[in-house]
Amino acid sequence: MNAVLNAAIPSGPLERKWEKHKFDSKLINPANKRKYEIVVVGSGLAGASAAAALGELGYKVQCFCYQDSPRRAHSISAQGGINAAKNYQNDGDSVYRLFYDTIKGGDFRAREANVYRLAEVSSAIIDQCVAQGVPFAREYGGLLANRSFGGAQVSRTFYARGQTGQQLLLGAYSALCRQIAAGTVEMHPRTEMLDVVIVDGHAKGIVVRDMVTGAITSYAADAVLLATGGYSNVFYLSTNAKGCNVTAAWRAHKRGAFFANPCYTQIHPTCIPVAGDYQSKLTLMSESLRNDGRVWVPQKKGDHRPPGDIPDAERDYYLERKYPAFGNLAPRDISSRSAKEACDEGRGVGPGGLGVYLDFGDAIKRLGEPAIRDLYGNLFEIYQEITNENAYKAPMRIYPAVHYTMGGLWVDYNLMSTIPGLFVLGEANFSDHGANRLGASALMQGLADGYFVIPYTIGNYLAPQVGKRPTPDRPEFKATEDAVRECTRRLLGIRGKRSVDHFHRELGRIVWDYCGMARTERSLQRALAQIPPLREEFWKNVNVPGENESLNVSLEKAGRVADFLEFGELMCLDALARRESCGGHFREEYQYPDGEAKRDDEHFQHVAAWEFAGEGGKSIRHIEPLIFEAVHPSVRSYK
Amino acid sequence: MGLTGVALVGYATGHMLGNLQIFIGADQLNTYGASLHSYNELLWVVRLGLLAMFVGHIVFSIQLTRENRAAHPAKYAVPGYRKSTRASRTMMVSGLILLCFVVFHLLHFTVDKIDTSFATMHDARGRHDVYRMVVAGFRNVWVSGFYIVGMFLLCQHLRHGIASFPQTLGLNSQKLEVFWKKLAPIWAWGLFVGYVSIPIAVLAGVLK
Amino acid sequence: MNLKLKVWRQKDANAAGKLVDIEARDISPDCSFLEMLDIVNEDLLSKGGEPIAFDHDCREGICGTCSLTINGTPHGLSETATCQLYMRKFKDGDTIYIEPFRARSFPILRDLIVDRSSFDRIQQAGGFITARTGSAQDGNAILVPKKKADAAMEAAACIGCGACVAACPNGSAMLFVGAKVSHLALLPQGQPERAQRVLSMVKRMDAEGFGNCSTHLECEAVCPADIPALVITRLNREYTIASLRESVV
Ligand SMILES: Cc1cc2nc3c(=O)[nH]c(=O)nc-3n(C[C@H](O)[C@H](O)[C@H](O)COP(=O)(O)OP(=O)(O)OC[C@H]3O[C@@H](n4cnc5c(N)ncnc54)[C@H](O)[C@@H]3O)c2cc1C
Ligand code: HEM
Ligand code: HEM
Ligand code: SF4
Ligand code: F3S
Ligand code: FES
Repeated sequence: MNAVLNAAIPSGPLERKWEKHKFDSKLINPANKRKYEIVVVGSGLAGASAAAALGELGYKVQCFCYQDSPRRAHSISAQGGINAAKNYQNDGDSVYRLFYDTIKGGDFRAREANVYRLAEVSSAIIDQCVAQGVPFAREYGGLLANRSFGGAQVSRTFYARGQTGQQLLLGAYSALCRQIAAGTVEMHPRTEMLDVVIVDGHAKGIVVRDMVTGAITSYAADAVLLATGGYSNVFYLSTNAKGCNVTAAWRAHKRGAFFANPCYTQIHPTCIPVAGDYQSKLTLMSESLRNDGRVWVPQKKGDHRPPGDIPDAERDYYLERKYPAFGNLAPRDISSRSAKEACDEGRGVGPGGLGVYLDFGDAIKRLGEPAIRDLYGNLFEIYQEITNENAYKAPMRIYPAVHYTMGGLWVDYNLMSTIPGLFVLGEANFSDHGANRLGASALMQGLADGYFVIPYTIGNYLAPQVGKRPTPDRPEFKATEDAVRECTRRLLGIRGKRSVDHFHRELGRIVWDYCGMARTERSLQRALAQIPPLREEFWKNVNVPGENESLNVSLEKAGRVADFLEFGELMCLDALARRESCGGHFREEYQYPDGEAKRDDEHFQHVAAWEFAGEGGKSIRHIEPLIFEAVHPSVRSYK
Repeated sequence: MGLTGVALVGYATGHMLGNLQIFIGADQLNTYGASLHSYNELLWVVRLGLLAMFVGHIVFSIQLTRENRAAHPAKYAVPGYRKSTRASRTMMVSGLILLCFVVFHLLHFTVDKIDTSFATMHDARGRHDVYRMVVAGFRNVWVSGFYIVGMFLLCQHLRHGIASFPQTLGLNSQKLEVFWKKLAPIWAWGLFVGYVSIPIAVLAGVLK
Repeated sequence: MNLKLKVWRQKDANAAGKLVDIEARDISPDCSFLEMLDIVNEDLLSKGGEPIAFDHDCREGICGTCSLTINGTPHGLSETATCQLYMRKFKDGDTIYIEPFRARSFPILRDLIVDRSSFDRIQQAGGFITARTGSAQDGNAILVPKKKADAAMEAAACIGCGACVAACPNGSAMLFVGAKVSHLALLPQGQPERAQRVLSMVKRMDAEGFGNCSTHLECEAVCPADIPALVITRLNREYTIASLRESVV
């Protein structure tokens, strides 16, 4: 049955695969490219770069995003930086090391061939962005500056102040603008994709809703690219933008695209804790803070003294204690889990005891306040703005928050999903980060997929498809449009008592409590027992006012939450089925005495890809075995 | 806009310096006045240039102001200005009143229509007696009052105007910023004091 | 705390809008301005009303989506964008005027949501460097002195929110355009298209119906990205030089 999951990995030695594949890939002559229409859903790093690159090649591209401008895609909020195996610092980095670190960081749950290709194209990304005018940080001599990020042992991270994602996205956006001006790309902002149109088993178009007029229309295409980002917002509270959603991916899933590893979610250790029940989103504090901040909680549980009054002897610098080698720079999943443990033991600080201290006291003593202000000034300001606390005087309070999702639609080496003609890029696919993503690698992947992978691999699919694009008057389009209209009609017809946000919050609470940082058989069972009733109540009792034929914020949200309510269940199913701990997926039953995640390579060294089995049907779990030829899976130890 | 403005500022400044000679004495001022008139062709060149600047300035300002109004049709229910000044927001008003002033002023001292006797004032050496004309003119409290008001508006107009043209003409920079910021009010108020000193002096009887 | 809101409600682009009185009850000073509106909306919903439509996404001050004019000031008294404004900046019993970003080139779509696509069109007119994908030389082959790189970054930090236009009594987009032109004009990569870029971007800006700059400096005051008005000086300079060159050679 995993015959369906043919990853199409090229033969030959790892370091030759991509070269060979590019050569073997079918080319489409320039004159013919004009004949192809490609739909790109998403204008983040992955979508914008893909649309720009394909438009540049001569394809006719239709690009969609739900924001009012492609420049606002959620990629904009990435702070820390982007990795590339440039080895500019001469500190022993290389394509192979970046590849190895990514595989290891992913806890040996990613596909070697994809990851190696990612590392291979990484340095071309930096060159491309520099050429576009991305103002990366520079040294005095004018060379590009690097920093070490997320506990990496080499300095391979390129950055633009604390706004790397913004600058990279604006670079991709400018490339996109160039193509829009050239007429090769047509941009559709404030337009939400609500379904994929399948014709003879191939993805040949999408159905969208104009978020201003409510008009529901279709676009026919020779191929459809989804670059619609991650699903962190299934947890309601996350560091993602409010609009981030699983809708595009989920509706594609329901049309036949397998969903891979939905249980792989990344929790970021350094976020500002929840302040009250009105909280609408969580704010990330750059990881770089952990370079100088020391993480601690009181040794005694329920110790409510102000931090200043707690003597050093009565503090527990638990990361330094448990992971002497890495200390406060221990990987994200480990730091996050340790924080949770501390709080579960009743030693958490701040409102609700859901927080730990990130203390700069020593750093300020050592380097002086000006030096710290120099390094983290803007972060301290953000913290002050939000919490009204001065982190120079008292330690920051931080707590982990959902941040990134490694899982996504299953794709092969060509980034094509299990639906022929449907490609998935960026955070929306599952391909490169295994069970845990390294800091500064998501931006890299988004741009790699868009600029340097899809332009080559899409040819293999398109070449034989010439002239096969259906016209939107085909019954399949009509039928899909009707399905979408029916769905909105239903939502608007309920006129229940509870708001959409109420259900979203409730769902978020369930998955955070039972499928969050640590999961158990029991907790997951609980979640699986609670989600379906919630979903039923949603369809009976949600209140979506207004009508379809206008800008209707509640309606937009309702559609997305409806999908989260279905997706959340699959996420828990996947977490339940994966009876091992790996990377971001931690099952308390499976851990070493020292609390380190315990993989089960014998039974779970594979990708789990779920097939939708119809409304109410039980999703089917397929597997793609992971074969490691180059690296040997080892126990990930950060002692 | 910027160019015409600067030219006008230049004239206003030069003109003030010229007029201040009145404090040196009647002879000096009349000599100055006569010298201005001695080479007629040049004078007319200057006058025409000046006229062009005025007309240009007015035409531009009206055109720009209309565009700007159109670009921001709806005002906010409550004003929430943070950095703009009243001077900057009333350029058109101060400007148009200035226009009236200048017209009156020309009739007053140049065409001598307000008080026709000015035309016939000649001093001992038979030169047009600018000194007596000015003194006579400012004896009238109303005239002086109008001048002072006019000067004040000029000052307001220029407080913003002189701060504005460096940006409009792309002459500002990180280093120059401070300089221009300081210069604008000093220059504007300088003109005010310089000009106003004359009618005041007349009213105070310092100039007879 | 409790607040009296005067909120602009408008059904759609063509409908006439007006300020409507709405109460906001027991709001925590620690919640953000947008969270306050969330609470108000929940309340409206429970009363069978329609929620106030406002734009927002990242709620971190970086995406530039949020766009409220609070008591006549775009982004209110926030250090950065509306979403980073916290209620502790207000007092119990305050009356707060909440209006959309107003400018002819930002037509209102509904309530507090405006259409800023004019910014995208200006960007499309030339706000880019032509660098064909894959054709770039090594990143370190182009040396950019730190000072230049930092200056470019300062200008590139613009989040495209449009507050400058909304705050400018002339509805001018000079700060936004100046920021983009400065960013690219400062970098060596931006030189080949330098003159053409500024000419076509300004042309587009005027065609979109934005006003002229008469140095009110409101834009600088409200800009969440701290873009200095000096970029306008540079824009004027770049434009003058470029048009002179055009007309001479
Ligand atoms: C706070 C924060 C900080 C981060 N910092 C870093 C970092 O330092 N380094 C790093 O490498 N990574 C970082 N990440 C992760 C990284 O930013 C994201 O993984 C990456 O930007 C995702 O890019 P994308 O193009 O795949 O998706 P996105 O940028 O999320 O774009 C999604 C696009 O799809 C569109 N879309 C979505 N659904 C629909 C629909 N139904 N219809 C139409 N359009 C739709 C959206 O409009 C948007 O244009 C960070 C993430 C967060 C939240
Ligand atoms: C006669 C009627 C006048 C009118 C209607 C008028 C109107 C205006 C207006 C509306 C502006 C603002 C436009 C802008 O800054 O872009 C302006 C600017 C200016 N005005 Fe006037 N003005 C008048 C007279 C004068 C005089 C007499 C002077 C000087 C003696 C002067 C000097 C300036 C200067 C220096 C500026 C700034 C130009 C710039 O910012 O580029 N104006 N004027
Ligand atoms: C107290 C203030 C002023 C005094 C005493 C004054 C005096 C005079 C006199 C005596 C003349 C006639 C010169 C002659 O024909 O020989 C004159 C002309 C003129 N003044 Fe003034 N002036 C004053 C302010 C101003 C101001 C503020 C402006 C405008 C910015 C102005 C603009 C002119 C112009 C345009 C002329 C005509 C010049 C010409 O003849 O070509 N004056 N002024
Ligand atoms: S310049 Fe400032 S105010 Fe204007 S769009 Fe950019 S960030 Fe917003
Ligand atoms: S507020 Fe407007 S007038 Fe110029 S300086 Fe800013 S654009
Ligand atoms: S919501 Fe993104 S900047 Fe305010």
